[in-house]
Amino acid sequence: MDRFVWSNGLLEMNETLVIQQRGVRLYDGEEKAKLDAGVVLLSTHRLIWRDIKNHECCIAVPLSQIVFFEEQAAGIGKSAKIVVHLHPALPNKDPGPYQHSKFSYIKLSFKEHGQIEAIVCDGTEFSPVLCLQFYRRLTEEMTQRRWENTPASQPIPTATGSQTGRTRAVGIVGIERKLEEKRKETDKNISEAFEDLSKLMEKTIRFKSYLLSMGIANPVTRETHGSGTHYHMQLAKQLADMLLAPLQERGGMMALTEVYCLMNRARGMELLSPEDLVNACKMFESLKLPLRLRVFDSGVMVVQLQSHNEEEMIASALDNVSEKGSLTSEEFAKLLGLSVLLAKERLLLAEKMGHLCRDDSVEGLRFYPNLF
Amino acid sequence: MNFEWPWQYNFPPFFTLQPNVDTRQKQLAAWCSLVLSYCRHRRIYTLDVMEAQESPMFNHKKIERKLSVEAIQIVFEELRKKGNLEWIDKSKTRCLIMWRQPEEWGKLIYQWVSRNGMINSVFTLYELSNGEDTENEEFHGLEECMLLRSLQALQVESKAEIITMDEGKGVKFF
Repeated sequence: MDRFVWSNGLLEMNETLVIQQRGVRLYDGEEKAKLDAGVVLLSTHRLIWRDIKNHECCIAVPLSQIVFFEEQAAGIGKSAKIVVHLHPALPNKDPGPYQHSKFSYIKLSFKEHGQIEAIVCDGTEFSPVLCLQFYRRLTEEMTQRRWENTPASQPIPTATGSQTGRTRAVGIVGIERKLEEKRKETDKNISEAFEDLSKLMEKTIRFKSYLLSMGIANPVTRETHGSGTHYHMQLAKQLADMLLAPLQERGGMMALTEVYCLMNRARGMELLSPEDLVNACKMFESLKLPLRLRVFDSGVMVVQLQSHNEEEMIASALDNVSEKGSLTSEEFAKLLGLSVLLAKERLLLAEKMGHLCRDDSVEGLRFYPNLF
Repeated sequence: MNFEWPWQYNFPPFFTLQPNVDTRQKQLAAWCSLVLSYCRHRRIYTLDVMEAQESPMFNHKKIERKLSVEAIQIVFEELRKKGNLEWIDKSKTRCLIMWRQPEEWGKLIYQWVSRNGMINSVFTLYELSNGEDTENEEFHGLEECMLLRSLQALQVESKAEIITMDEGKGVKFF
């Protein structure tokens, strides 16, 4: 903010107003400036801000001080902003509202409601997006750089960068030539500057859409660990409702992959991401829902009814195996109406507990009662 | 006389190395016992690992199950830890199966020598293991490796001395 100078707000000769906008607040870098309610005016030469209550409080910065600018999208409770990066203040600058600033940029914050006050130029249509409109105008002015062609009568401090390659010439031809050179050079500078910016924008947009396509929402705003969000809590409740019947049909236990398919098929739209499903399932216990998420040694995750009693299951597994002499996972699955994956997990668990032992041969893996 | 196989021999899981630690311990104990009793029955004093794979001991053709090489190595290691097995070569391809300890053999041999009043006599190894006089003795047919180990045990107790002679080794008893 130390680049601004006090101004009377009057336009100079050759300086024309492009657009003005009410309800704009200024930021010095990330910090809110005391100048919080004003009108911002864009002219062909300067950016001017006038306090809405105190008209005498008026400041301005030349457009030539602008290095580049970008939009900062609105968020919840946050207005849309334009971030304007500025060249360092010149030593012989006139006094302004700030003596020093640790930031090299300012922000114009466009409050949510307002009207476009006046548009002067070539009759562009109204747009509800105030910030965007201003941004576009600023872009145009920065591209055309009209202040260079028609210097205002008052001396305006200019940036030192763009004054290379001036040739000396006299007369109209000389002036024309100078203008032409100037134009070409600034054109080049602007395109180079915006090239980097547009590449970055492209990458950002692509990255964001890639994340969204994977079902991962904006990583900046989402919690990913532990405590879970309101969303996960709701989801957990929904899961509990939807899974009770299927679980009972399947003997009280379902692999998480089965749950995932079932839920997404039912939902049709607004599909669940695997991450969300796991996080929701982790909350069953704390929400006192009658389901549990369980992880086997092998890493397989299942959702089971809380009433599911594993000892009983294992005891009955032993009975089944003893009755048949021996069983493979497939045979056991068929016997109980379980999926092969879950049948195997149960047999492995029974083995782990010493109730069963295994016979591994070319014929396959078979489980016997542990007679050792 | 037919060898009496233990019940585990007809139990297919017996031929799969069990992942459950407790189960495995019992399994290995049963294997050790089987190996020792089979070798005692058949008077086997040494084993070659590769040949053993095909022996009825580890390969039960009737139920189409056999113990893998890894598992055989593990069983042998168990036997070694228990003191019933000694490797003859560094690469662990051949071993001594000691279903009777060398000290025990030594004792039996010494008893025979003493009973027949042959202390201070010199014998060739062949005489001891394959001589007519020893035909009715337990140690008759004892393989040379095992015989040597047994005599070494006696040597330690100063009851014998192994001598190298022209045709081979011999032993004198004290």
